[in-house]
Amino acid sequence: MTPPRTTTAPRRRPSPSARFDTALGWSPQFGANMVLRIALCVLVFCIFALPFVAIISAAFDRNSSPTEISLLPKTFTLQNFEVAQQQGLWGYLLNSLVIAGGGLLLQMTVSVFAAYSLSRKKFRGQALVLLLVLMTMMLPEEVIGIPLSLVLGDLPLLGISLKGSVLAVILPVGIWGFSIFIMSEFMKEIPGEIEEAARLDGVGEFRMLFTIILPLCKPALGVIGIFGFMMVWDQYLLPLIAANDPSDYTLTVALSVLRNDTTVGPGVLVAGAVMAMIPSLLVYLFLQRSMIRGITSGATKG
Amino acid sequence: MTATPTKTTVSRPAPPTPKPAGGARKRRGSKQSLAVWMFLLPAAVLGLYFKFIPMFEGVRLSLFKVQPFLGDVFVGFENYAKVIGDQRFMEALGHTVFLGVTQTLGALLVGFVLALLLEGQARSLWFLRTAIFLPVVTALAVVGEIWRILYFPTADGPLNSILGWLGLGPLQFLNGTDTALWSIAVVGIWSGAPYNMVIILAGLTGVDRSLYESAGVDGATVWQRLRYITLPALRPSLVIVLTLAAIRSLRSFTEVYVLTGGGPAGSTEVWMTRMYSLGFQRNDIGVASAAAVLLLVVTLLLTVGTQYLAKRKADR
Repeated sequence: MTPPRTTTAPRRRPSPSARFDTALGWSPQFGANMVLRIALCVLVFCIFALPFVAIISAAFDRNSSPTEISLLPKTFTLQNFEVAQQQGLWGYLLNSLVIAGGGLLLQMTVSVFAAYSLSRKKFRGQALVLLLVLMTMMLPEEVIGIPLSLVLGDLPLLGISLKGSVLAVILPVGIWGFSIFIMSEFMKEIPGEIEEAARLDGVGEFRMLFTIILPLCKPALGVIGIFGFMMVWDQYLLPLIAANDPSDYTLTVALSVLRNDTTVGPGVLVAGAVMAMIPSLLVYLFLQRSMIRGITSGATKG
Repeated sequence: MTATPTKTTVSRPAPPTPKPAGGARKRRGSKQSLAVWMFLLPAAVLGLYFKFIPMFEGVRLSLFKVQPFLGDVFVGFENYAKVIGDQRFMEALGHTVFLGVTQTLGALLVGFVLALLLEGQARSLWFLRTAIFLPVVTALAVVGEIWRILYFPTADGPLNSILGWLGLGPLQFLNGTDTALWSIAVVGIWSGAPYNMVIILAGLTGVDRSLYESAGVDGATVWQRLRYITLPALRPSLVIVLTLAAIRSLRSFTEVYVLTGGGPAGSTEVWMTRMYSLGFQRNDIGVASAAAVLLLVVTLLLTVGTQYLAKRKADR
């Protein structure tokens, strides 16, 4: 793609200041420049968003097959979803929702607690705790998957097996250094006077956290909520190794089961994919602002 | 970001907090430290059980020949020698580095182009940015299924039909030994570029507009403007994005596993898929653990190195 050459005669344009709003100097007036921009935007939209439209349409199409992808279903049907139901997809969806809900709740609680200690307190060994938190980010499920699967099968000291239970996924995703960091970075910025004043009024630690600090952290809660959800929903290996048999799979993992099952058509697979897309779509649409804020603050803070 | 300095200047002139004297202070101190550890307890327990114990287990197992029922035999660094001497692991390493480089650079470049195209305040642009971000939000396993359909290898498959309109022959995509790795790289770029776009867009808002204007007065071309104003302003965030993506790509698993499972004929085998087929299918847990430890050490070195470089840059 070559950048459009438009700055050869900038002074002759009617409104010079608007032309410096963007790096490429897109013109706000209708003209060749704008036509080019619209064409490029359409192309980009086709590349990034049209596959989703095609997949959703295929899920509602009676004879959906990879060779007949269209943007609107030719013969509308809910049959794919009915077959999906017979294939136990609602069960997988339920697994996914329980894990996403439970995992996210646990992760947010753990992160808020840990962040409160790390940001509002000074204690011996703080640097070490911070380092360990950082390390949890470098130990994702993929890297420690094999020993983790052994640990899940026989929990040290307790001697219980978590395999086949939703807890085998919920507990490991409960600890995530990223949300602890985001949360404590945010809590650090709350002025100390607020805390001091509350302490003089005799407010205890729990009330301090839940009634004073946390209400001031709502934006950060949104950020760790959406990133935590995406992290949990995106889990693939962990539900795979945590399962005893395919009925324990989450929806995303179960897609591979559907794909390898020759008795169901591609329409059912696509219906499953659409079902796995909807929750993340909804979360994204509702919490977009938090998400963009999270990405940008993460990038600038490193 | 912009709110931070004002907040700190507000809080700085606060009077020093009066220190409670003698016994009261001590009692409150121990109560405080009790609270500190109480709040850290959940994170500590979960971290210990699901991160650190597995990590130590992994390091321990990497030194043993692991045999169920027969008992583990200590073999020292033999497992490591096996990993390094294994032809398929070395091929997997090559594929991992290839995917890492193409996906990271590709996603950065495409993200940059997207950001330049979609920079602006208009509502239609905001809508477009929202739509384009969808691949990032979608779970990788779902992205994999979508692309398996798009890559359908017959001449009337979705992507092959488009190639057909352009007069290009049908490609095997994921099924061909020489196209499969490129096909995976494209999926990685597709799902990673919009994320970079958001970061770069945020960086673009920080560029001083008057610089563009004075460059325009001086008769600079668009290319010069990008080269001398935009890119230098974006450099700090680009460096971080680039290194983080590179580190992440070392352990990419889901997309390869879902798209090809390492096939055809091992042409897309990466470090992680090789490790998993050894650990879970062939039950060679010792060797697989050694491979995991090697990966961990490389990741650690890269991360520490990045942090060091970022710090040194910030100090300057």
